[in-house]
Amino acid sequence: MARKESPLFLARAPYRRRRLRDASRLLPILGIFFLLLPLLWTEESRLSLSAGDVIYFFSVWIFLIGAAAAFAPGLRSGQGPTGDED
Amino acid sequence: MSQHVLLIEDEPNIAEAIRFILTRDGWTVSHVTDGSAALDRVRSDRPDLVILDHMLPGMSGLEILAALRADPETKALPVMMLTARGRDREMAERAGADCFMSKPFSNAEILAEVRSMMGR
Amino acid sequence: MPFKLLVVACLLYVAFLFAVAFIVERRAQAGRLGWLRSPLVYTLSLSIYSTAWTFYGAVGYAARSGLEFLTIYFGPTLVFVGWWWLLRKLVRIGRQYRVTSIADLISSRFGKSNTLGVIVTIIAVVATTPYIALQLQSVVLSFGVFASATPDGQAPLDAGQTAIWVAVGLAFFTILFGTRNLDAREQHHGIVTAIAVEAVVKLVALLAVGIFVVWGIAGGVGDVIARIDAADLSAWQVQPGRWAGLIFLSAAAVITLPRMFQVMVVENDDEGQLARASWAFPLYLMLMSLFIVPIAVVGLDQLPAGSNPDMFVLTLPLAEGQGGLAMLAFLGGFSSATSMVIVEAIALATMISNHVVIPLWLRLRPAAAADDLRSVVLMARRVAIAAVLALGYGYYQVSGGSAALAAIGLIAFLGVAQVLPALLGGLFWRGATRTGAILGLVTGFVVWAFTSFLPSFGPGAALSDAVFTQGLFGLAWLRPQALFGTDTMDPMIHALFWSMTLNVIAFCLGSLLTFPGPVERLQGAAFVNVFEGTVGPERWSKGQVDPEALLTMAQRILGEEAALSLFQTAARDQGKDSFLPDPTPAFLNQLEAQLSGTVGAATAHAMISQLVGRATVTVEDLMAVASESAQIMEYSAKLEAREAELTRTAGALREANEKLMQLSIQKDAFLSQISHELRTPMTSIRAFSEILTEGDLPPEMVVKYGRIIHEEAKRLTRLLDDLLDLSVLENGTVQLSLGLASLQQMLDTALIAARQTRPERSFIIHRDLPSEAIYLKTDADRLTQVFINLISNARKYCDASQPELRIAVRQRAGRVTVDFIDNGKGIPKDSQSLVFEKFARLTDANRAGGAGLGLAICREIMTNLGGSVAYLPGQGGAAFRVTVPLRLEKLAA
Repeated sequence: MARKESPLFLARAPYRRRRLRDASRLLPILGIFFLLLPLLWTEESRLSLSAGDVIYFFSVWIFLIGAAAAFAPGLRSGQGPTGDED
Repeated sequence: MSQHVLLIEDEPNIAEAIRFILTRDGWTVSHVTDGSAALDRVRSDRPDLVILDHMLPGMSGLEILAALRADPETKALPVMMLTARGRDREMAERAGADCFMSKPFSNAEILAEVRSMMGR
Repeated sequence: MPFKLLVVACLLYVAFLFAVAFIVERRAQAGRLGWLRSPLVYTLSLSIYSTAWTFYGAVGYAARSGLEFLTIYFGPTLVFVGWWWLLRKLVRIGRQYRVTSIADLISSRFGKSNTLGVIVTIIAVVATTPYIALQLQSVVLSFGVFASATPDGQAPLDAGQTAIWVAVGLAFFTILFGTRNLDAREQHHGIVTAIAVEAVVKLVALLAVGIFVVWGIAGGVGDVIARIDAADLSAWQVQPGRWAGLIFLSAAAVITLPRMFQVMVVENDDEGQLARASWAFPLYLMLMSLFIVPIAVVGLDQLPAGSNPDMFVLTLPLAEGQGGLAMLAFLGGFSSATSMVIVEAIALATMISNHVVIPLWLRLRPAAAADDLRSVVLMARRVAIAAVLALGYGYYQVSGGSAALAAIGLIAFLGVAQVLPALLGGLFWRGATRTGAILGLVTGFVVWAFTSFLPSFGPGAALSDAVFTQGLFGLAWLRPQALFGTDTMDPMIHALFWSMTLNVIAFCLGSLLTFPGPVERLQGAAFVNVFEGTVGPERWSKGQVDPEALLTMAQRILGEEAALSLFQTAARDQGKDSFLPDPTPAFLNQLEAQLSGTVGAATAHAMISQLVGRATVTVEDLMAVASESAQIMEYSAKLEAREAELTRTAGALREANEKLMQLSIQKDAFLSQISHELRTPMTSIRAFSEILTEGDLPPEMVVKYGRIIHEEAKRLTRLLDDLLDLSVLENGTVQLSLGLASLQQMLDTALIAARQTRPERSFIIHRDLPSEAIYLKTDADRLTQVFINLISNARKYCDASQPELRIAVRQRAGRVTVDFIDNGKGIPKDSQSLVFEKFARLTDANRAGGAGLGLAICREIMTNLGGSVAYLPGQGGAAFRVTVPLRLEKLAA
């Protein structure tokens, strides 16, 4: 399909913004890894309800929210029709 | 026997005036206001003379004239056209009107024209 | 706690929400939404994801299955923190193509196929009915807790009756606010704000109960941790398959649930809101879950064995004598249930009306152009909302309200998740076809129904015992919970695995093996490449269609005002000065997009096709477009823009030129007309005065002819007056006497005065007196003259056998419009721009006095009064609109 011409190299600020978007796209994968991790190390592949588990999952959760909040400003700015994908 | 004039005119007051003038002079006058009904009246009444207004509802005077001239029976029927607009004269003559009067006319004028057309 | 107090509190709370919704709706109509469109309100409205299932059920879930309840929130968290690009694409498409529901999106993507719309609607209704029943059940249970005031949560109260009252109340509220009007974009600002308020209430309530439980009952965080570790562990174990599967399931559901789609996509005003929601919504979910485990553990500790853990949020504070806190918790739960039901019902009703009722209606009465489709749509929505709630209530009655809340919720999730493959495939894969989508959806739905939905009624209910143990038709590999012999799987995961796998396989195979139609291919390209903006939506090739017919149709759907202003704007963009634009492809696209916002893409497309004929693109057109290289396309886009500009200028020039030519012809005609109009009365006057001069007439004739002369002289005077009037008005030298005057009085005066015109005709006049109670600062005599002229014209020229005249008054933005609409056959289109010219009497059939100057005078008067008078096409008769400023200030000059 036809693509709008876009510059080959970017200035520093847009470059950072794009890498932030990349990072935000990787976040769910990191999240899945951390949320499935306990299944690997727990005995008999069984999760139980111990205080440690509860604290672990909420820590992962808070970390994901914090990371998303850090990336969010990068998502907002530069939302032109071309400000997508790469 | 008095001769018959068919008057086709939609302004009632003008029609009234012409009818008065001609009737007083011994003509039989019948009157129709609507253009589309006029042709039927010509065929049924068989008048000796038609006085035809230019602007009529239903069918314009020129259209009626053209229709009269196209029909062999009425081809030679004497027609006098009345109009209130100056430039209509040529069109009326081209369409085959025998005589043309522009409004307002004098009573004597119209009477004289009618008489001369009917050879009186 | 007195039960009556509870009911009063509920009613007060609903009244409060009602007020919130009402006020916001008013502000939205005035265009003053301000902070109400902020990302905060958007994020809070997303919280309808957490329903009563979260509020009450999560604690029960935790008490029964330990940490598994977290999976329901991890899925949405993952989607929102990272898949912002997917959501943004959805929202962009939703806004660009005015999507009204998830069914509309799927239908529109796959070639505006209504079949798909119907399938998705059916899936959504079937899957969410139990979910609605679940909300009713939780409200009934929570009422029961208070009514019995015993901690076991079993009520002596008549549960069925409570459920009916709750269902009826919710239906009433939803109908009142969800179907007040038909919005062009199907948005409900009032309801969204009310839901944001409810979101705050439920969060505050749950946090308050949590804080009370941790620091009020237990001895702080340390004690709670100790209690968690001390609790019985054996019941709280989770299988890895369920853990991963449920995370996937909740991630899918947050995108495909009809209510989530409604708030996330349809009600979205600004893509920027998504960025904030990407972390704020997961934060909300996290806060909602924070105290679930402590409440569950402490509840199991404190309350007698056998207490319903689903009600711990209420029973814990009650058992500790905290009536106020319990009341807050109750309102929180009530909020969760009501907000979910309201939005779900609106979303489902939109689907049902747009994809089932309206297409049927149009098929049954295709030619009934006169009926107002808007009222049909509204009525269909209202009935659909009531029906959805009735279904939910029916399910509640049948299921007996016995099953644990969590199980029903998961079944509903899996049902709506069947839409996911078609949705994602449609957004990212241009090769996805209609047939593929239909196959995938139907396969997924059938497998889901067989393995999850029907078995949920229990063995021997929907499916017989034999089917459970021996399989369908006695085939062992067709057992509902062990398809193909997979009998060791957890039933939920079994259903998830098989329904999604078979769904995806059917979707992909179907898409690979079939060839899409032209509209499908265009829509596919437009949706997949929505951010590139190079491929427009479907292009209508230039069709032969009467714009007036289009206008009539648009008015049926958009309403008179909106349709007229849309057409007028489009006409102005084309450089035309009228209400009717040329039916160019661009305009047809624009119109279709507008209509889609109200009745859905498939119906809008069908309605325009009906008028334009199948003048849409062909495969050849498509190939021609596709074969051009990217550069040519960009170049041609620029050329197109320039050409459009040129066309517009040329259009304006042509129109101006035509007008000049006509003016020149008209000037000649004007003189000739004046001559005619003056000569006609003169003829009578001259003839009769000559007759009178000759004398010898009977006296009664003298009187008669004298009167004729008098009348004709008056007629001459009137004509000269009109001409002078017109010339004064045209030169702008007219003296206006400004003052305050009642519009109603002016219309009264005009109606009486106009009665002299053809007094033998009896007209039925329709007026709306309250709307006429407006005081105008204007020249009342002049304005009344305009009204008289317009009404007299209607009396003269309306050719209906039972003539009627409707006078409609509207006030907007400092201007007042007065429409005069009769039920005659109207004015032919080519004459509409001529009626305001001098002597432009259209037929000579009715020369009842006037010289054809009336409308020309009207136009000049209105120009002098700072307003206008125009012919309104497409009203079913001749219609004139007078626009006049509310307060006319004297010009400085």
